[in-house]
Amino acid sequence: MIEFLTENALLAALIALGGLALVFGGILGFASVKFKVEGNPIVDQINDLLPQTQCGQCGFPGCKPYAEAIADGEEINRCPPGGEATIQHLADLLDVEVKPLDAEEKVPSVAFIREAECIGCTKCIQACPVDAILGAAKQMHTVIGSECTGCDLCTDPCPVDCIDMVPIETTMQTWHWDLPKTPAQSQLIATDRKGEVA
Amino acid sequence: MSALKKMRKTYKLRGGIHPPENKTQSLQSPIDVLPVMGEIVLPLGMHIGAPAEAIVEVGQTVLKGEMIAKPKGFVSTAIHASTSGTVKAIEHRPIIHASGMTAPCIVIEPDGKDQWTTLTPILNYRQSEKNDLLEHINNSGIAGMGGAGFPSRVKLATDKTIEQLIINGTECEPYITADDILMQERAAEIVEGIEILQHLVNPQETLIGVEDNKPEAINALQAATQGKNIEVVVFPTKYPSGGEKQLIQILTGKEVKSGGLPADVGVVCQNIGSTYAIFRAVKHGEPLISRITTLTGEALTTKKNVEVRLGTSVQQLLDFAGFHASRANRVIAGGPMMGFSIPSLDAPVVKTTNCLLAPESNELPLPPEAQPCIRCGMCSEACPVSLLPQQLYWFAQAKDQEGLKKHHLMDCIECGACSYVCPSNIPLVQYYRASKADIRQTAEDQKKADYAKTRYEARLARIEKEEAEKEAKKQARLKKAAAATTAKEKSEVKAAVERTKAAPAEATDDPVAAAIARAKAKADASPLDKAKDNVASLEKRLKKAQAKLDAAKANNDENLAAFESSLTKLQDKLTTAKAELEKLQGEAPKATPEINTDDPVAAAIARAQASRADGESLSPEDKLNKDIESLTKRIKATETKVAAAKENGDEKAEILESSLTKMQDKLTTAQNELAKLQPAKEAPQAAPAVDENDPVAAAIARAQAKRSGDEALSPEDKLKKDIDGLNKRINATQEKVATAKENGDDKAEILESSLNKMQDKLKAAEAELAKLQPATEKTEDAAATQSHDPNDPVAAAIARAQAKREQSSDLSPEEKREKDIAHLEKRIKLTEEKLSEAKDAGDDKAEILESSLEKLKTKLADLAAAED
Repeated sequence: MIEFLTENALLAALIALGGLALVFGGILGFASVKFKVEGNPIVDQINDLLPQTQCGQCGFPGCKPYAEAIADGEEINRCPPGGEATIQHLADLLDVEVKPLDAEEKVPSVAFIREAECIGCTKCIQACPVDAILGAAKQMHTVIGSECTGCDLCTDPCPVDCIDMVPIETTMQTWHWDLPKTPAQSQLIATDRKGEVA
Repeated sequence: MSALKKMRKTYKLRGGIHPPENKTQSLQSPIDVLPVMGEIVLPLGMHIGAPAEAIVEVGQTVLKGEMIAKPKGFVSTAIHASTSGTVKAIEHRPIIHASGMTAPCIVIEPDGKDQWTTLTPILNYRQSEKNDLLEHINNSGIAGMGGAGFPSRVKLATDKTIEQLIINGTECEPYITADDILMQERAAEIVEGIEILQHLVNPQETLIGVEDNKPEAINALQAATQGKNIEVVVFPTKYPSGGEKQLIQILTGKEVKSGGLPADVGVVCQNIGSTYAIFRAVKHGEPLISRITTLTGEALTTKKNVEVRLGTSVQQLLDFAGFHASRANRVIAGGPMMGFSIPSLDAPVVKTTNCLLAPESNELPLPPEAQPCIRCGMCSEACPVSLLPQQLYWFAQAKDQEGLKKHHLMDCIECGACSYVCPSNIPLVQYYRASKADIRQTAEDQKKADYAKTRYEARLARIEKEEAEKEAKKQARLKKAAAATTAKEKSEVKAAVERTKAAPAEATDDPVAAAIARAKAKADASPLDKAKDNVASLEKRLKKAQAKLDAAKANNDENLAAFESSLTKLQDKLTTAKAELEKLQGEAPKATPEINTDDPVAAAIARAQASRADGESLSPEDKLNKDIESLTKRIKATETKVAAAKENGDEKAEILESSLTKMQDKLTTAQNELAKLQPAKEAPQAAPAVDENDPVAAAIARAQAKRSGDEALSPEDKLKKDIDGLNKRINATQEKVATAKENGDDKAEILESSLNKMQDKLKAAEAELAKLQPATEKTEDAAATQSHDPNDPVAAAIARAQAKREQSSDLSPEEKREKDIAHLEKRIKLTEEKLSEAKDAGDDKAEILESSLEKLKTKLADLAAAED
């Protein structure tokens, strides 16, 4: 056998290459089954960047579907709750151009039910994507403020229009400095030089 | 002095600056212990962490040193009344905060007695448990008094091995001398406080770090620490040596890693002021109700350090020091490097207020306007934490959080050295403060988003589960119902069989029983014969019954009603029997049975049978054609009969009508079958053979012809054809509806529903067509559709819409809008006209028209608004 191969160099090469191809093909085939990635991993990455309000303002029924759509080539500027920041992050992730938001940027807000007017229809409860509304049939409902994503999906189904979207107020805990815009705002530091630098 | 000679090695702080110190002004006089100056306002959140929880009520009398708010959570500390008096209010008041916001405060109206509550000092603290001592310290409201206000308990509660306890007497920020004077005047107490801390954290060595610009304080401390295990370490003055991590680095050479705590490197750091407060709290039981605050700045007449009650308003304190509001360009809380302007002077002094600085304009001028960054790199030279401020500046401007994080923005201590040295006067620290907050906000938002996501997914899972359960229940119900019905059917069948068996014995006079008996007798005969006989006998009986009925009518018999009902019954039976017969004959067609030619239905059946028999020898298609022909003929005949019956008010009319419908159904199925059978080419030829006079048959024939023709066509053409056909059909149906309505016919409703269906189909077809057609073809098609059927309003509307879409796609938005508006106005006018007509006629449509008119108007309004 070996003698035969040594005599027929061409055949030996063919057999060797064919053998290698089979071996590597087998490895690749095994790997493709063993390490199969379920779904598109980019979708999860995109989904992580989206604000998860599940509001559907992008035209898709939730953040995950929009993430899937973006992965399939949908525009990245459809998310009003995420605003410019989200667009920026998506652009970075996907290496595409930043586009201006395709809607008005929304002030972050939470739903508030005027409980005196609530008739207890449970329609808003069914509409809430994050189960942030508490109540039962014919009992007044209330919004758990800390759970509410401000998606605005509960206001439409309300038959008596007793749900307001209340902008989230800045508290001592959430307040922070803004980036300096005008020189007048930047009057705190760099102060002690008695005007020697003008 | 020996301690000073064998001075330990200190490490050099990287970067840093040397701003003018301006410390001497406020060191001219000793600490002035101030009395209560008026209303006391104590914010619930004086420290970092969770605000304390008020435990007093409005109107309650409190004594000096009484706890009025308890700590809430671990990182929180208590608040005490700084004088005796009455709680006037618990409300939002302005506080010392850069935001200028208000925060909940407890307001105490002093009673002037300044009466202490019962104090509980821990004289023998060395014997007490560490935790008890910590609890006592926290309940005494001790928080870091250097500026940040971190509850001291948290720092001291470490269970790590502590190598160094460092007491921070650096006070590197210009102007501030509160710690300096405290060290000068109360060194002994501070040292006692340090001993308490030593007991708590058990360090290997204790260092007091003091800058060399405080010789008096150093002397006092060295005197006080004589013979104690405490070392006063003096090092060169440099801003910002007083930062906790910076001081640790200077004294020990250890660097606290990014994001770490001093305890990680075996160090606990406490401020001089806090140490003194801990001493007061433990040795005297006095909670933190006052602090040393430096009052300085050229706008004050007397610059000095005062021991002031917490809650005293800044305004009163400044007034005490001779504040010239007109000369001050602002009032700063803290020093000139890290402090901030106080938005409201009504804000009270709190635990972290180490300095109130009221500078004149020439003393601390407002910074000049920022110039562009020239990349000189001075800021990175000055940065004590080795960051690259110029890079951070760019990232901050671009809001590039990733870049900022990569360049360790979070390690910035906001000392302001970079801003101080910047030749372009760029307020770098402001950028970093804002960016840090943004990053925190983003992290917070991300957390919230993740939480929302989990909740959303949980909800989806729940809904899915509920659906599955519902489905399972439904299936179970269906199964149960099916089982029940089969059982019922079985029992019914059984009962019927029993009845049949019992019948002959009961009453042979009963015609039905007789029939059954006869049927039984013929049980051995073939089913077809049986059925034929059945029909024949039923017909006979029917005739008899009718004759009887007529007779009864003539005689005005009492049994008239009974006769009539039995007649109807017989007729029903006859129909079923005939149907059966038909079925059977379909299976085994034979010679036409003898039938009563007077009975039109029977005659029809006979003819049908005959034709079917003929059809046997024909090909399936021919057969079907024949069938169709005969059916159409029959339908026609039946129709005429129905009309006649109706005119005569005959009862048969109903039956006839139902049979007519059946026939029509059959015709349709036959036609369909035929269509299936016929090859595409043959269809057009076969179709004309159908009776042209029958509208239904004709329509079907046309449909067939068309369909077969369509086979060869492209999908678009087919759709177009479909649409054409539908339009025509809709027209025809509309006409029919109109006539039916005029005649008050029952069919009107059916026709209308079918009309609706057709219109739906038309729409669907149109939509599909729109999808299929490339944009260029649309225009032609729209034109074509328009020309198709100007009489059909639906088709016309669709055509117009398409045409408009075509045109408008080429137009600019303004032109489009104008066109739209013109169009809408036209439509509104038209609708209004129609509406008035409908109203005059009292038509049902009026309402629909009204609503559509409203919709049109709102659209118009929207468009007009958009134009504005």
